[in-house]
Amino acid sequence: MHRARRSGNGRFAAGVLHALVMTVGPIAAALVLSGAVLVAVGVDPLAYYGTIVERGLLSPLGLQQTLTRMGPLLFLAASLIVAFRAGIWNLGGDGQFLLSAVVAAAAAPVLVGVMPAWAALAVCFLLAAAVGAVWSLIPALLRAYQGVNEIITSLMMTFLGVSLANVLVKLVFLDPATTVPQTRTLPVADRLPRLFDTTVSSGLLLGLAAVIGVHLMMTRTAFGLKLRVVGANPRAAVHAGLPVAKLTIAVFAISAALAGLAGATDVLGVLGNVRADWNPAYSLAVVPLVFLARLNGFASIAFVFLFSVLSIGGESAARRLGVPHYFTLVLVANLLLLLALAEYIDHRRRVAKKA
Amino acid sequence: MDGLFTEVFLASLVFGAVTAGIPLLLAGLGEQISEKAGVLNIGIEGMMLGGAYLGFLVAFQSGSMWLGFAAGAAAGMAAALIMVVFCVRLGLNQIVVGIAVTLGAEGLTALLHFFQFGRTYPRLDAPVSLPIPALSEIPVIGGALFDRTPVVYLAFVLVFVMAFLYRRTHLGLALQAAGDKPAALDVAGVDVVTTRSFAVLATGAFAGLGGAFMANVGAGLFVPFMTSGAGFIGIVLAMLARGRPLWVLGGALLFGACLSMTTALQVAGVNVPTDVIQMLPFAAVMAVLVVFGRKASLPAALGLPYERGAR
Amino acid sequence: MTETTTSSAIASTTTAPPVVELVGVTKRFPGVVANDHVDLALHAGEVHVLLGENGAGKSTLIGMLAGLQAPDEGTLRIDGADIRIASPRHALALGIGTVFQHVMLVPTLTVAENLALGGPWWRRPDRAALAAKVAEISASFGLSVDLDAVTGELSLGEQQQVEIVRALLRDSRVLILDEATSMLTPAGTDELGALMRRLAARGLAVVFITHKLSEAFRFGDRISVLRLGRKVGEIPPERLKALDEAAATAEVVHLMFGATPAEAGGEAPPARAAVAGPAVIEVRGLSVPGPMGSPGVAEASFSVAAGEILGIAGIDGNGQKQLAEALSGQRVAAAGEILLDGRPIGHLDVGARRRLGLRYLTDDRLAEGTVGSFPVSLNLLLKEIGAAPFWAKGFVRPAEIARHATRLVASFDVRTPGIETPVGRLSGGNIQKVLLARELSGGARAVIFNKPTYGLDLANIAASRRRIREIAASGIAVLLISTELDELLDLCDRIAVMSRGRLAGTVDNDGAARRRVGELMVGKQS
Repeated sequence: MHRARRSGNGRFAAGVLHALVMTVGPIAAALVLSGAVLVAVGVDPLAYYGTIVERGLLSPLGLQQTLTRMGPLLFLAASLIVAFRAGIWNLGGDGQFLLSAVVAAAAAPVLVGVMPAWAALAVCFLLAAAVGAVWSLIPALLRAYQGVNEIITSLMMTFLGVSLANVLVKLVFLDPATTVPQTRTLPVADRLPRLFDTTVSSGLLLGLAAVIGVHLMMTRTAFGLKLRVVGANPRAAVHAGLPVAKLTIAVFAISAALAGLAGATDVLGVLGNVRADWNPAYSLAVVPLVFLARLNGFASIAFVFLFSVLSIGGESAARRLGVPHYFTLVLVANLLLLLALAEYIDHRRRVAKKA
Repeated sequence: MDGLFTEVFLASLVFGAVTAGIPLLLAGLGEQISEKAGVLNIGIEGMMLGGAYLGFLVAFQSGSMWLGFAAGAAAGMAAALIMVVFCVRLGLNQIVVGIAVTLGAEGLTALLHFFQFGRTYPRLDAPVSLPIPALSEIPVIGGALFDRTPVVYLAFVLVFVMAFLYRRTHLGLALQAAGDKPAALDVAGVDVVTTRSFAVLATGAFAGLGGAFMANVGAGLFVPFMTSGAGFIGIVLAMLARGRPLWVLGGALLFGACLSMTTALQVAGVNVPTDVIQMLPFAAVMAVLVVFGRKASLPAALGLPYERGAR
Repeated sequence: MTETTTSSAIASTTTAPPVVELVGVTKRFPGVVANDHVDLALHAGEVHVLLGENGAGKSTLIGMLAGLQAPDEGTLRIDGADIRIASPRHALALGIGTVFQHVMLVPTLTVAENLALGGPWWRRPDRAALAAKVAEISASFGLSVDLDAVTGELSLGEQQQVEIVRALLRDSRVLILDEATSMLTPAGTDELGALMRRLAARGLAVVFITHKLSEAFRFGDRISVLRLGRKVGEIPPERLKALDEAAATAEVVHLMFGATPAEAGGEAPPARAAVAGPAVIEVRGLSVPGPMGSPGVAEASFSVAAGEILGIAGIDGNGQKQLAEALSGQRVAAAGEILLDGRPIGHLDVGARRRLGLRYLTDDRLAEGTVGSFPVSLNLLLKEIGAAPFWAKGFVRPAEIARHATRLVASFDVRTPGIETPVGRLSGGNIQKVLLARELSGGARAVIFNKPTYGLDLANIAASRRRIREIAASGIAVLLISTELDELLDLCDRIAVMSRGRLAGTVDNDGAARRRVGELMVGKQS
């Protein structure tokens, strides 16, 4: 077989090269394919990509914004990794994100009045995690005890959550002092501290901790292994005596709590408030990123970084070149399809080699 | 509050229920075909959006509603083609590809609309309605059901066409076999991949038509992301309808009523905030899923790609 | 040999050209050559037996005739003309009908609908015409099918009849039956054998695939022996008629192994010591609800003593799996008691029962027993996740796991490239050894085996059976669930028969056991 003919080092190098081709390949192809779309609407793709790199990565301010944007996205990546590795399609991230963000935004200005800022922030984070977890309860119970497909239930909860968040902002937590409907703004001084002298929010560090923590949990702990068994072979999990229903609910709760923390990080670190009809829909956009990373925590960090560059640079390009941020979705969708295709080609290649 | 049960309110409610329900009906019927054949089509939301945009664009530029609807169906089928190639033919994960189709369609339609119309939102003229004599005179429901643009009638007819196809033709048997035990269908000499491809393309056509209806008839214009979950509600309808098109019709009208509640209440003079009303349909969906979720019977081979002679 | 009414017909048809010929057919899969230059000739009016053990390549060969695969090398000939069979539809059009080992009917459709599959899509199935044709075929061949029955509710034997009717409806000239008797009672097997002879008498070329010598001899006119992908020999009709069963067996065994029956691992089982002593497993009045469509367990009572092997015989799907799952804790019992060494364990979960010494080896090695993508080392600890010394405070200790795995792999002779190899890459026999290693380690008191030798080759089967005897000899109580009567007769001290969820009776494994078990399986009181 192919393996036996290579020495240890040669095998490692071949493995790295293979991994590189398998990830860079689809990315490059997606850039080209999406570039074609840009050409079709009359935009110069090189100029566009150039602007993104320049504004999202090379400019000091842009880079800091990129790193700040990573915070919530990393929490979402952690949320999805936990769920997907356990075989649970938690697509309710956006609803969990938004509801938790609203609750955190509403609670923070009140709490800072009665306790030191750091304590208020900590309480808000806990609240956000709790709200997220609670919002996943119905899909969790339906899946654990009735076997109802969670894709649909979690998606419905997202729509419901987004509407509910809107109602809360406009009717319950409305700041009477502003003309634009939004929650009371948390003063900048009370938000998540910035890192050193930069404008980068410490949410970045929290997000990194979340992803790395999830990665370690899934790969090094007994609990993580149990979740992986449930995800890889539910029948084997039953056979092995694992409490599948309870584990399912636990997974939903952890995943949704992480999504909630993402919402809190965005609001308490950057925005300070929640506007009505605000829905950045990050979670669904992070789904392709974690797939690209093959559900590996460290690889996810890299892809979240690239996506953040795209996001921040894209917002700038929208102003400069008139290409709205919708384009990001097209790029991400292309990436997902091309990644699936690359995996397929790779699989066929491997099968053909063995024969 | 005493305006609530007047004829005006009820008529407005039923009218709105049909307007909002037709896209859900088409989405549900379409998804039902895919699911029967064993394909979980998450990309249906994207197919509806594609149909909404292209349907609107063609109707706007050509002035013909019917061309718009045809274009919508075609756009839906084009999006469905991606699922056919990636999922049915190559056997890739249906959920991943479905999400990609939905995200891609969301971005692409919004992008194209922006470059075509900028920040303006041109409107179409109201569609011409074709009243059915006698039936359209019935109080309350007559105007809502029988004095509509012909596409509405088409949608109702499709319900019965599908029911007939499922129960009484070889096609119905083949679809059910493809979803329950594709190996048995293969051995009987019917190509599973072809059958499933047909099913998914049909779903695209239905969904695209539904999206075009939303844009051209429901709203009269196109707004990015305008389907806001209609495709997913269609999936729920299909899952709960257990293979019966008539149940999809019932569910679609019910949810359509929820969706149209705002306008109807405003007509009746009741002042409930829009956002609260917007929660209604999704809350209703969840309630139904909680009560009836266990009974959602899905074909055994749903979501599993078929490979002949796979080891 | 059974009486045949067509001896003259056979004599004349063997001189006629074969209906279907395989010439030098080769088929490769990743890592294995399934068929290696096989030549085969199927003649009309003849029952041609393809004999070989599991893994010999019989099903692959048939897959090519049925249009599921194309050969990599070699040709197929129909009526002397070279042909490529492109699809199952094409095979059917050519007159090749196949009844596969696993039922290929849609369980949610009625029999009539299953038979109608494949018609033009816009038309309504013509029920009347179908009923007429089916009636004609049923009368002709002595079959009987209920057109309005929902297929999923029929017994496996009835479903098989439907598949045969389907093949005949398509005017098949060749009928292939793949391991058709594996799910039948001895009586059902006899009926199928008689049916095959009737079909051959009417001019069909019948191909019967089996791994059981006795059936090959009783029902076949010609026997081709396959071994590891090659055809190693053929006994033509003239010669087969001249041999008696013992001589034919010797010849076949010689072809398959180049050895005499005694050398081929069919050693006479050692005399079993009389078993006495207190019961290790005791079950009283156990009732378990079954999943939809199959019976659960209805008031079963039995006991197994230390060192005893109690067999559970019966056709698949009569509650055996539910019994095993209820004993192991995977399935909740509705009523009854389960005792291990005198202690009630019915309220304990899987893990607790396991720790007390009750072990369960499932029949579904890859779908249930292991996680195919996980390494061997983790699979060996799948039922002990979190336990010391492999995990400390919830964190994994890879060195301990590796040490444990290395030890078990060595002592159970698991052939694997390494302990980190995904278990799904191992052969069936080695996966079974992994399961054995896992379940037998650390204080096993009672072991439940569910179809332990299913799908294994002969060498592994013999090794497994030896292992089971050793386990019992070491004082462990063994419950052996199997659909192979020969296996039960070889190993067990007593054999109980399950039929429709009930224990129909228990017999001692003496000379009359085969007959009495057969009777119990069909419902006659012993």
